Amino acid sequence: MKKTKTNWLYSPIVKEHFLNPKNVLWDEKNYRADGKGMAGNPVCGDVMSVWIKVDEKTQKIKDCKWRTYGCGAAIASTSMLSVMVIEKGGMPLKKALNLKPQEIVKRLGGLPALKFHCSVLGQAALKEAINDYFKKQKRKK
Amino acid sequence: MKKIYLDYAATTYIDPGVLQKMMPYLTTAYGNASSLYSLGREAKTAIDMARKDVAKILEVLPQEIILTGSGTESANLAIYGIAKAYQDKGNHVIVSKIEHKAVLEAAKRLGKEGFRVTYLNVDSQGIVNLKELKKALNKKTILVSIMYANNEIGAIQPISEISKIIIKFKKENLLPAFHSDACQAAGALSFKVKNLGVDLLTLNGSKIYGPKGVGCLYKNQDFKIEPLIIGGSQEMELRAGTENPALIVGFSEALKLAEKIRKKESQRLKNLRNYFIERTLKTIPYCRLNGHTQKRLPNNINLSFAGIEGESLVLKLDQYGISVSTGSACTSHDLSPSHVLLALGIKKELAHGSLRLTLGRKTTKKDLDYVLKILPPVVEKLRKMSTIRL
Repeated sequence: MKKTKTNWLYSPIVKEHFLNPKNVLWDEKNYRADGKGMAGNPVCGDVMSVWIKVDEKTQKIKDCKWRTYGCGAAIASTSMLSVMVIEKGGMPLKKALNLKPQEIVKRLGGLPALKFHCSVLGQAALKEAINDYFKKQKRKK
Repeated sequence: MKKIYLDYAATTYIDPGVLQKMMPYLTTAYGNASSLYSLGREAKTAIDMARKDVAKILEVLPQEIILTGSGTESANLAIYGIAKAYQDKGNHVIVSKIEHKAVLEAAKRLGKEGFRVTYLNVDSQGIVNLKELKKALNKKTILVSIMYANNEIGAIQPISEISKIIIKFKKENLLPAFHSDACQAAGALSFKVKNLGVDLLTLNGSKIYGPKGVGCLYKNQDFKIEPLIIGGSQEMELRAGTENPALIVGFSEALKLAEKIRKKESQRLKNLRNYFIERTLKTIPYCRLNGHTQKRLPNNINLSFAGIEGESLVLKLDQYGISVSTGSACTSHDLSPSHVLLALGIKKELAHGSLRLTLGRKTTKKDLDYVLKILPPVVEKLRKMSTIRL
Protein backbone atom coordinates (compact mmCIF):
# COMPACT_ATOMS: atom_id res chain seq x y z
CA MET A 1 0.00 0.00 0.00
CA LYS A 2 1.32 3.44 -0.88
CA LYS A 3 1.83 5.53 2.21
CA THR A 4 0.39 8.98 1.88
CA LYS A 5 2.41 11.87 3.24
CA THR A 6 1.21 13.25 6.52
CA ASN A 7 -0.78 16.37 5.92
CA TRP A 8 -0.14 19.54 7.75
CA LEU A 9 -2.87 22.10 8.17
CA TYR A 10 -1.00 24.72 6.09
CA SER A 11 1.70 24.87 3.39
CA PRO A 12 5.28 23.77 4.21
CA ILE A 13 6.41 27.42 4.20
CA VAL A 14 3.72 28.39 6.70
CA LYS A 15 4.77 25.44 8.81
CA GLU A 16 8.41 26.56 8.77
CA HIS A 17 7.54 30.14 9.73
CA PHE A 18 5.17 28.98 12.44
CA LEU A 19 7.59 26.54 14.02
CA ASN A 20 10.69 28.69 13.55
CA PRO A 21 9.38 32.23 13.42
CA LYS A 22 11.85 34.85 12.17
CA ASN A 23 12.45 38.27 13.74
CA VAL A 24 10.28 37.88 16.83
CA LEU A 25 10.74 40.71 19.31
CA TRP A 26 11.67 38.73 22.39
CA ASP A 27 13.26 41.61 24.24
CA GLU A 28 11.15 44.73 23.91
CA LYS A 29 12.94 46.66 26.64
CA ASN A 30 16.20 46.81 24.77
CA TYR A 31 14.81 47.48 21.33
CA ARG A 32 14.66 51.03 20.05
CA ALA A 33 12.15 51.18 17.25
CA ASP A 34 11.55 54.11 14.93
CA GLY A 35 7.94 53.15 14.49
CA LYS A 36 5.42 50.82 16.08
CA GLY A 37 2.07 49.59 14.82
CA MET A 38 -0.65 47.27 15.99
CA ALA A 39 -3.68 45.72 14.29
CA GLY A 40 -6.45 43.31 15.23
CA ASN A 41 -8.51 42.66 18.30
CA PRO A 42 -8.10 39.96 20.97
CA VAL A 43 -11.87 39.42 20.91
CA CYS A 44 -11.55 38.27 17.29
CA GLY A 45 -8.56 36.11 18.08
CA ASP A 46 -5.76 37.98 16.29
CA VAL A 47 -3.56 40.89 17.34
CA MET A 48 -0.30 41.76 15.58
CA SER A 49 2.35 44.23 16.68
CA VAL A 50 5.12 45.36 14.35
CA TRP A 51 8.24 47.40 15.20
CA ILE A 52 10.46 48.91 12.50
CA LYS A 53 13.78 50.67 12.20
CA VAL A 54 14.18 53.00 9.26
CA ASP A 55 17.24 54.25 7.41
CA GLU A 56 16.57 57.98 7.32
CA LYS A 57 18.67 58.59 4.24
CA THR A 58 17.42 55.84 1.99
CA GLN A 59 13.91 55.72 3.50
CA LYS A 60 14.20 51.94 3.58
CA ILE A 61 13.24 49.58 6.38
CA LYS A 62 16.41 48.46 8.15
CA ASP A 63 14.88 46.11 10.64
CA CYS A 64 11.47 44.69 11.45
CA LYS A 65 10.39 42.84 14.58
CA TRP A 66 6.97 41.59 15.60
CA ARG A 67 4.80 39.78 18.08
CA THR A 68 1.50 38.08 17.37
CA TYR A 69 -1.42 36.73 19.34
CA GLY A 70 -3.21 34.41 16.98
CA CYS A 71 -3.37 31.13 15.11
CA GLY A 72 -0.60 29.39 13.20
CA ALA A 73 -1.41 31.28 10.00
CA ALA A 74 -1.32 34.61 11.84
CA ILE A 75 2.08 33.88 13.35
CA ALA A 76 3.50 32.70 10.02
CA SER A 77 2.05 35.69 8.13
CA THR A 78 3.73 38.20 10.42
CA SER A 79 6.98 36.27 10.31
CA MET A 80 6.95 36.24 6.49
CA LEU A 81 6.03 39.90 6.39
CA SER A 82 9.09 40.76 8.53
CA VAL A 83 11.33 38.77 6.21
CA MET A 84 9.94 40.46 3.10
CA VAL A 85 10.45 44.00 4.33
CA ILE A 86 14.07 43.59 5.40
CA GLU A 87 15.42 41.29 2.67
CA LYS A 88 17.53 42.66 -0.21
CA GLY A 89 18.74 45.63 1.79
CA GLY A 90 15.34 46.63 3.05
CA MET A 91 12.07 47.62 1.43
CA PRO A 92 11.48 51.30 0.62
CA LEU A 93 8.78 52.75 2.86
CA LYS A 94 6.64 53.71 -0.09
CA LYS A 95 6.64 50.18 -1.37
CA ALA A 96 6.00 48.76 2.10
CA LEU A 97 2.97 51.02 2.52
CA ASN A 98 1.51 49.55 -0.62
CA LEU A 99 2.47 45.96 0.07
CA LYS A 100 -0.48 43.79 -0.81
CA PRO A 101 -1.66 41.02 1.53
CA GLN A 102 -1.82 38.79 -1.56
CA GLU A 103 1.95 39.11 -1.92
CA ILE A 104 2.44 37.78 1.62
CA VAL A 105 0.04 34.93 0.94
CA LYS A 106 1.88 34.10 -2.27
CA ARG A 107 5.23 33.97 -0.51
CA LEU A 108 3.70 31.68 2.13
CA GLY A 109 2.69 29.19 -0.53
CA GLY A 110 -0.97 30.03 0.01
CA LEU A 111 -3.33 30.32 2.95
CA PRO A 112 -6.82 28.83 3.38
CA ALA A 113 -9.49 31.36 2.37
CA LEU A 114 -10.68 31.50 5.97
CA LYS A 115 -7.22 32.68 7.05
CA PHE A 116 -6.63 35.33 4.42
CA HIS A 117 -7.38 38.08 6.95
CA CYS A 118 -4.19 37.11 8.86
CA SER A 119 -2.09 38.55 6.04
CA VAL A 120 -4.30 41.64 5.91
CA LEU A 121 -3.79 42.28 9.64
CA GLY A 122 -0.01 41.91 9.39
CA GLN A 123 0.09 44.42 6.60
CA ALA A 124 -2.19 46.76 8.55
CA ALA A 125 0.16 46.64 11.54
CA LEU A 126 3.12 47.41 9.28
CA LYS A 127 1.29 50.37 7.76
CA GLU A 128 0.63 51.72 11.26
CA ALA A 129 4.28 51.32 12.15
CA ILE A 130 5.32 53.27 9.05
CA ASN A 131 2.79 56.03 9.74
CA ASP A 132 4.00 56.13 13.31
CA TYR A 133 7.52 56.68 11.97
CA PHE A 134 6.33 59.49 9.72
CA LYS A 135 4.55 61.15 12.64
CA LYS A 136 7.67 61.00 14.77
CA GLN A 137 9.73 62.45 11.92
CA LYS A 138 7.32 65.37 11.59
CA ARG A 139 7.53 66.06 15.29
CA LYS A 140 11.31 66.12 15.07
CA LYS A 141 11.17 68.77 12.41
CA MET B 1 8.16 9.79 17.89
CA LYS B 2 5.49 8.30 20.09
CA LYS B 3 2.03 9.58 19.33
CA ILE B 4 -0.04 10.55 22.31
CA TYR B 5 -3.68 10.71 21.34
CA LEU B 6 -5.74 12.84 23.70
CA ASP B 7 -8.76 13.54 21.56
CA TYR B 8 -11.02 10.60 22.37
CA ALA B 9 -14.05 12.88 22.45
CA ALA B 10 -13.47 13.59 18.75
CA THR B 11 -13.34 9.92 17.94
CA THR B 12 -11.83 6.63 19.09
CA TYR B 13 -10.03 3.78 17.37
CA ILE B 14 -12.06 0.62 16.82
CA ASP B 15 -11.56 -1.97 19.52
CA PRO B 16 -9.81 -4.98 17.89
CA GLY B 17 -12.39 -7.43 19.27
CA VAL B 18 -15.17 -5.28 17.82
CA LEU B 19 -13.45 -5.14 14.45
CA GLN B 20 -13.15 -8.90 14.42
CA LYS B 21 -16.90 -9.25 14.94
CA MET B 22 -17.47 -6.88 12.01
CA MET B 23 -15.18 -8.62 9.57
CA PRO B 24 -17.48 -11.41 8.31
CA TYR B 25 -20.03 -8.79 7.21
CA LEU B 26 -17.39 -6.94 5.23
CA THR B 27 -16.25 -10.10 3.47
CA THR B 28 -18.28 -13.29 3.17
CA ALA B 29 -21.62 -12.38 4.74
CA TYR B 30 -22.29 -9.49 2.40
CA GLY B 31 -25.99 -10.15 1.77
CA ASN B 32 -28.73 -7.54 1.66
CA ALA B 33 -30.89 -7.88 4.76
CA SER B 34 -34.02 -7.48 2.64
CA SER B 35 -33.24 -10.53 0.46
CA LEU B 36 -35.12 -13.75 0.97
CA TYR B 37 -32.33 -16.32 0.49
CA SER B 38 -29.99 -17.42 3.27
CA LEU B 39 -27.20 -14.90 2.57
CA GLY B 40 -29.75 -12.15 3.06
CA ARG B 41 -31.24 -13.81 6.14
CA GLU B 42 -27.77 -13.98 7.67
CA ALA B 43 -27.46 -10.21 7.42
CA LYS B 44 -30.99 -9.73 8.74
CA THR B 45 -30.30 -11.97 11.75
CA ALA B 46 -27.11 -10.08 12.57
CA ILE B 47 -28.97 -6.77 12.51
CA ASP B 48 -31.83 -8.11 14.62
CA MET B 49 -29.42 -9.48 17.19
CA ALA B 50 -27.50 -6.22 17.34
CA ARG B 51 -30.70 -4.26 17.80
CA LYS B 52 -31.76 -6.57 20.63
CA ASP B 53 -28.38 -6.14 22.34
CA VAL B 54 -28.59 -2.37 22.16
CA ALA B 55 -32.18 -2.43 23.43
CA LYS B 56 -31.14 -4.65 26.32
CA ILE B 57 -28.49 -2.18 27.48
CA LEU B 58 -30.95 0.71 27.32
CA GLU B 59 -33.65 -1.53 28.84
CA VAL B 60 -36.08 -0.73 26.06
CA LEU B 61 -37.87 -2.68 23.31
CA PRO B 62 -35.92 -3.65 20.16
CA GLN B 63 -38.49 -1.93 17.95
CA GLU B 64 -37.71 1.30 19.79
CA ILE B 65 -34.15 1.32 18.42
CA ILE B 66 -33.72 3.02 15.03
CA LEU B 67 -30.29 2.40 13.55
CA THR B 68 -28.86 5.38 11.69
CA GLY B 69 -25.72 6.61 9.95
CA SER B 70 -24.34 8.79 12.77
CA GLY B 71 -25.04 10.63 15.99
CA THR B 72 -25.77 13.71 13.93
CA GLU B 73 -28.37 11.86 11.89
CA SER B 74 -30.00 10.49 15.05
CA ALA B 75 -30.21 13.96 16.61
CA ASN B 76 -31.53 15.46 13.37
CA LEU B 77 -34.12 12.69 13.14
CA ALA B 78 -35.24 13.24 16.72
CA ILE B 79 -35.62 17.00 16.42
CA TYR B 80 -36.85 17.32 12.90
CA GLY B 81 -38.84 14.11 13.10
CA ILE B 82 -40.77 15.09 16.23
CA ALA B 83 -41.30 18.70 15.13
CA LYS B 84 -42.72 17.64 11.78
CA ALA B 85 -44.86 14.86 13.21
CA TYR B 86 -46.46 17.10 15.82
CA GLN B 87 -46.51 20.49 14.16
CA ASP B 88 -50.31 20.48 14.36
CA LYS B 89 -50.02 20.28 18.17
CA GLY B 90 -47.58 23.13 18.71
CA ASN B 91 -44.67 25.07 17.31
CA HIS B 92 -42.36 25.53 20.27
CA VAL B 93 -39.05 23.75 20.78
CA ILE B 94 -36.59 24.09 23.69
CA VAL B 95 -32.88 23.33 23.46
CA SER B 96 -29.89 24.36 25.56
CA LYS B 97 -27.32 26.85 24.33
CA ILE B 98 -24.49 24.36 24.62
CA GLU B 99 -25.91 21.56 22.45
CA HIS B 100 -23.80 19.97 19.75
CA LYS B 101 -24.24 21.53 16.34
CA ALA B 102 -26.21 18.49 15.24
CA VAL B 103 -28.96 19.68 17.57
CA LEU B 104 -28.43 23.43 17.34
CA GLU B 105 -28.46 23.56 13.55
CA ALA B 106 -31.58 21.39 13.38
CA ALA B 107 -33.27 23.73 15.86
CA LYS B 108 -32.09 26.75 13.91
CA ARG B 109 -33.59 25.37 10.73
CA LEU B 110 -36.89 24.79 12.53
CA GLY B 111 -36.70 28.42 13.59
CA LYS B 112 -36.39 29.46 9.97
CA GLU B 113 -39.40 27.33 9.10
CA GLY B 114 -41.61 29.18 11.56
CA PHE B 115 -41.11 27.25 14.78
CA ARG B 116 -40.34 29.17 17.94
CA VAL B 117 -37.10 28.02 19.55
CA THR B 118 -36.03 28.77 23.12
CA TYR B 119 -32.32 28.47 23.81
CA LEU B 120 -31.78 27.75 27.51
CA ASN B 121 -28.91 29.38 29.35
CA VAL B 122 -26.37 27.49 31.37
CA ASP B 123 -24.56 28.62 34.51
CA SER B 124 -20.85 29.50 34.59
CA GLN B 125 -20.00 25.82 34.99
CA GLY B 126 -22.13 24.67 32.09
CA ILE B 127 -25.20 23.26 33.84
CA VAL B 128 -28.62 24.03 32.36
CA ASN B 129 -30.76 26.47 34.29
CA LEU B 130 -33.77 24.41 35.44
CA LYS B 131 -35.80 27.40 36.56
CA GLU B 132 -35.54 28.79 33.07
CA LEU B 133 -36.69 25.46 31.66
CA LYS B 134 -39.77 25.48 33.91
CA LYS B 135 -40.61 28.98 32.73
CA ALA B 136 -40.06 28.15 29.09
CA LEU B 137 -42.43 25.17 28.99
CA ASN B 138 -45.83 26.01 27.60
CA LYS B 139 -48.85 24.47 25.87
CA LYS B 140 -47.21 24.87 22.48
CA THR B 141 -43.99 23.10 23.47
CA ILE B 142 -43.64 19.87 21.52
CA LEU B 143 -39.99 19.05 22.12
CA VAL B 144 -37.19 19.60 24.64
CA SER B 145 -33.66 18.57 23.68
CA ILE B 146 -30.88 18.71 26.24
CA MET B 147 -27.64 16.80 25.95
CA TYR B 148 -26.58 14.26 28.57
CA ALA B 149 -22.96 15.39 28.66
CA ASN B 150 -21.28 18.17 26.73
CA ASN B 151 -18.62 17.35 24.15
CA GLU B 152 -16.39 20.35 24.83
CA ILE B 153 -16.43 20.83 28.58
CA GLY B 154 -17.83 17.46 29.67
CA ALA B 155 -20.55 19.05 31.80
CA ILE B 156 -23.09 16.42 32.85
CA GLN B 157 -26.69 17.64 32.78
CA PRO B 158 -29.24 16.54 35.39
CA ILE B 159 -31.27 14.56 32.85
CA SER B 160 -33.54 12.73 35.32
CA GLU B 161 -34.33 16.00 37.11
CA ILE B 162 -35.14 17.59 33.77
CA SER B 163 -37.42 14.73 32.79
CA LYS B 164 -39.22 15.02 36.13
CA ILE B 165 -39.90 18.69 35.41
CA ILE B 166 -41.23 17.85 31.96
CA ILE B 167 -43.37 14.94 33.18
CA LYS B 168 -44.83 17.11 35.96
CA PHE B 169 -45.62 19.80 33.42
CA LYS B 170 -47.27 17.62 30.83
CA LYS B 171 -49.36 15.54 33.27
CA GLU B 172 -51.37 13.09 31.15
CA ASN B 173 -50.40 14.65 27.84
CA LEU B 174 -47.95 13.04 25.45
CA LEU B 175 -46.10 16.23 24.62
CA PRO B 176 -43.54 17.70 24.90
CA ALA B 177 -41.19 14.89 23.98
CA PHE B 178 -37.80 14.88 25.67
CA HIS B 179 -34.72 14.06 23.60
CA SER B 180 -31.18 13.77 24.92
CA ASP B 181 -27.98 13.54 22.92
CA ALA B 182 -25.92 10.97 24.81
CA CYS B 183 -23.06 10.51 22.33
CA GLN B 184 -20.43 11.71 24.78
CA ALA B 185 -22.01 10.07 27.80
CA ALA B 186 -21.90 6.54 26.40
CA GLY B 187 -19.21 4.50 28.06
CA ALA B 188 -19.01 6.90 30.97
CA LEU B 189 -22.53 7.25 32.38
CA SER B 190 -25.51 4.97 32.81
CA PHE B 191 -28.13 5.28 30.12
CA LYS B 192 -30.96 3.18 31.32
CA VAL B 193 -33.83 5.00 29.68
CA LYS B 194 -36.30 4.46 32.53
CA ASN B 195 -34.01 6.15 35.04
CA LEU B 196 -33.28 9.01 32.70
CA GLY B 197 -36.93 9.50 31.80
CA VAL B 198 -36.21 10.47 28.22
CA ASP B 199 -38.47 9.77 25.24
CA LEU B 200 -35.68 9.87 22.68
CA LEU B 201 -31.96 9.22 23.07
CA THR B 202 -29.12 9.61 20.58
CA LEU B 203 -26.03 7.39 20.61
CA ASN B 204 -23.25 6.70 18.13
CA GLY B 205 -20.38 4.32 17.47
CA SER B 206 -17.40 6.54 16.91
CA LYS B 207 -16.97 7.64 20.52
CA ILE B 208 -17.21 4.19 22.05
CA TYR B 209 -14.43 2.34 20.22
CA GLY B 210 -16.85 1.27 17.55
CA PRO B 211 -16.93 2.19 13.85
CA LYS B 212 -17.74 5.64 12.49
CA GLY B 213 -20.82 6.08 10.34
CA VAL B 214 -23.31 4.38 12.62
CA GLY B 215 -25.54 5.49 15.45
CA CYS B 216 -28.95 4.87 16.86
CA LEU B 217 -31.96 6.76 18.04
CA TYR B 218 -34.04 5.33 20.82
CA LYS B 219 -37.64 6.43 20.34
CA ASN B 220 -40.35 5.59 22.83
CA GLN B 221 -42.98 3.68 20.87
CA ASP B 222 -45.75 6.03 22.00
CA PHE B 223 -44.26 8.73 19.78
CA LYS B 224 -44.36 9.04 16.03
CA ILE B 225 -41.68 10.74 13.98
CA GLU B 226 -41.38 11.91 10.41
CA PRO B 227 -38.44 10.17 8.66
CA LEU B 228 -35.62 12.20 7.12
CA ILE B 229 -34.66 9.59 4.56
CA ILE B 230 -37.40 7.89 2.62
CA GLY B 231 -37.35 4.95 0.24
CA GLY B 232 -37.44 1.31 1.28
CA SER B 233 -39.16 0.08 4.41
CA GLN B 234 -36.01 -0.51 6.46
CA GLU B 235 -35.92 0.51 10.15
CA MET B 236 -39.67 0.40 10.64
CA GLU B 237 -40.02 2.79 7.70
CA LEU B 238 -38.24 5.48 9.69
CA ARG B 239 -34.87 5.34 7.95
CA ALA B 240 -34.70 4.02 4.43
CA GLY B 241 -31.57 2.59 2.79
CA THR B 242 -29.86 -0.78 2.73
CA GLU B 243 -28.60 -1.54 6.24
CA ASN B 244 -24.89 -1.90 6.85
CA PRO B 245 -24.60 -5.04 9.00
CA ALA B 246 -20.87 -4.63 9.64
CA LEU B 247 -21.33 -1.16 11.12
CA ILE B 248 -24.44 -2.14 13.03
CA VAL B 249 -22.77 -5.21 14.55
CA GLY B 250 -19.69 -3.12 15.35
CA PHE B 251 -21.83 -0.51 17.06
CA SER B 252 -23.66 -2.99 19.27
CA GLU B 253 -20.49 -4.89 20.16
CA ALA B 254 -18.73 -1.65 21.05
CA LEU B 255 -21.64 -0.56 23.20
CA LYS B 256 -21.71 -3.90 25.02
CA LEU B 257 -18.00 -3.72 25.76
CA ALA B 258 -18.20 -0.08 26.86
CA GLU B 259 -21.00 -0.94 29.25
CA LYS B 260 -19.12 -3.94 30.62
CA ILE B 261 -16.01 -1.98 31.61
CA ARG B 262 -17.75 1.32 32.26
CA LYS B 263 -17.41 1.64 36.03
CA LYS B 264 -13.81 0.50 36.31
CA GLU B 265 -12.59 2.51 33.31
CA SER B 266 -14.45 5.64 34.41
CA GLN B 267 -12.76 5.55 37.80
CA ARG B 268 -9.34 5.09 36.21
CA LEU B 269 -9.90 8.01 33.86
CA LYS B 270 -11.25 10.21 36.60
CA ASN B 271 -8.07 9.75 38.63
CA LEU B 272 -5.91 10.57 35.61
CA ARG B 273 -8.05 13.60 34.76
CA ASN B 274 -7.87 15.03 38.27
CA TYR B 275 -4.13 14.46 38.39
CA PHE B 276 -3.60 16.34 35.13
CA ILE B 277 -5.88 19.25 35.99
CA GLU B 278 -4.33 19.72 39.41
CA ARG B 279 -0.78 19.68 38.06
CA THR B 280 -1.51 22.02 35.15
CA LEU B 281 -3.27 24.62 37.26
CA LYS B 282 -0.36 24.50 39.68
CA THR B 283 2.45 24.79 37.13
CA ILE B 284 1.03 27.13 34.48
CA PRO B 285 0.04 30.67 35.49
CA TYR B 286 -3.01 32.42 33.96
CA CYS B 287 -4.68 29.12 33.20
CA ARG B 288 -8.23 28.11 34.10
CA LEU B 289 -10.39 25.03 33.98
CA ASN B 290 -13.58 25.43 31.94
CA GLY B 291 -16.70 23.58 33.04
CA HIS B 292 -17.81 21.94 36.25
CA THR B 293 -15.27 20.43 38.62
CA GLN B 294 -17.43 17.47 39.69
CA LYS B 295 -20.32 17.17 37.25
CA ARG B 296 -17.89 16.39 34.49
CA LEU B 297 -17.16 13.43 32.22
CA PRO B 298 -14.33 11.33 33.66
CA ASN B 299 -12.18 11.82 30.56
CA ASN B 300 -12.69 15.54 29.88
CA ILE B 301 -10.18 18.34 30.46
CA ASN B 302 -10.84 21.81 29.05
CA LEU B 303 -8.43 24.60 29.86
CA SER B 304 -8.02 28.23 28.80
CA PHE B 305 -4.62 29.85 28.59
CA ALA B 306 -4.63 33.65 28.62
CA GLY B 307 -2.59 35.43 25.98
CA ILE B 308 -2.42 32.66 23.42
CA GLU B 309 -4.69 31.35 20.76
CA GLY B 310 -5.78 27.69 20.85
CA GLU B 311 -4.93 26.68 17.31
CA SER B 312 -1.28 27.67 17.61
CA LEU B 313 -1.05 25.66 20.81
CA VAL B 314 -2.58 22.60 19.13
CA LEU B 315 -0.17 22.85 16.19
CA LYS B 316 2.85 23.23 18.49
CA LEU B 317 1.83 20.23 20.58
CA ASP B 318 1.33 18.24 17.39
CA GLN B 319 5.05 18.70 16.73
CA TYR B 320 5.69 16.76 19.95
CA GLY B 321 3.32 13.98 18.90
CA ILE B 322 0.50 15.18 21.13
CA SER B 323 -2.97 15.22 19.54
CA VAL B 324 -5.42 17.51 21.27
CA SER B 325 -8.07 19.94 20.11
CA THR B 326 -9.30 23.46 20.58
CA GLY B 327 -12.85 23.41 21.83
CA SER B 328 -14.28 20.83 19.47
CA ALA B 329 -13.01 19.40 16.20
CA CYS B 330 -15.96 20.90 14.33
CA THR B 331 -14.96 24.41 15.28
CA SER B 332 -11.32 24.20 14.21
CA HIS B 333 -12.36 25.32 10.78
CA ASP B 334 -14.55 28.04 12.11
CA LEU B 335 -13.07 31.30 13.35
CA SER B 336 -15.62 32.21 15.97
CA PRO B 337 -14.82 31.06 19.49
CA SER B 338 -16.67 28.09 20.93
CA HIS B 339 -20.38 28.73 21.47
CA VAL B 340 -20.18 26.53 24.55
CA LEU B 341 -17.48 28.58 26.26
CA LEU B 342 -19.27 31.80 25.37
CA ALA B 343 -22.49 30.42 26.90
CA LEU B 344 -20.53 29.90 30.12
CA GLY B 345 -19.83 33.63 30.11
CA ILE B 346 -16.12 33.21 29.37
CA LYS B 347 -14.55 36.23 27.69
CA LYS B 348 -13.96 35.85 23.98
CA GLU B 349 -10.20 36.31 24.27
CA LEU B 350 -10.04 33.48 26.79
CA ALA B 351 -12.38 31.30 24.73
CA HIS B 352 -9.95 31.64 21.82
CA GLY B 353 -7.24 30.21 24.03
CA SER B 354 -8.99 27.00 24.98
CA LEU B 355 -7.56 23.52 24.78
CA ARG B 356 -9.48 20.27 25.11
CA LEU B 357 -7.79 17.05 26.14
CA THR B 358 -9.95 13.96 26.29
CA LEU B 359 -8.53 10.76 27.72
CA GLY B 360 -9.32 7.21 26.71
CA ARG B 361 -8.59 3.52 27.07
CA LYS B 362 -4.95 3.77 26.00
CA THR B 363 -4.12 6.85 28.07
CA THR B 364 -1.58 6.20 30.82
CA LYS B 365 -0.11 8.33 33.59
CA LYS B 366 3.16 8.23 31.69
CA ASP B 367 1.48 9.86 28.68
CA LEU B 368 0.11 12.63 30.86
CA ASP B 369 3.48 13.17 32.51
CA TYR B 370 4.99 13.66 29.07
CA VAL B 371 2.34 16.26 28.22
CA LEU B 372 2.90 17.93 31.59
CA LYS B 373 6.57 18.25 30.68
CA ILE B 374 5.95 19.67 27.17
CA LEU B 375 2.95 21.93 27.79
CA PRO B 376 4.42 24.56 30.17
CA PRO B 377 7.40 25.58 27.97
CA VAL B 378 5.22 25.58 24.83
CA VAL B 379 2.70 27.87 26.53
CA GLU B 380 5.52 30.08 27.77
CA LYS B 381 7.09 30.41 24.35
CA LEU B 382 3.80 31.28 22.64
CA ARG B 383 3.12 33.84 25.35
CA LYS B 384 6.51 35.44 24.77
CA MET B 385 5.65 35.70 21.07
CA SER B 386 2.23 37.11 21.81
CA THR B 387 1.13 40.70 21.54
CA ILE B 388 -0.88 40.34 24.71
CA ARG B 389 1.18 40.88 27.85
CA LEU B 390 -0.10 39.30 31.03
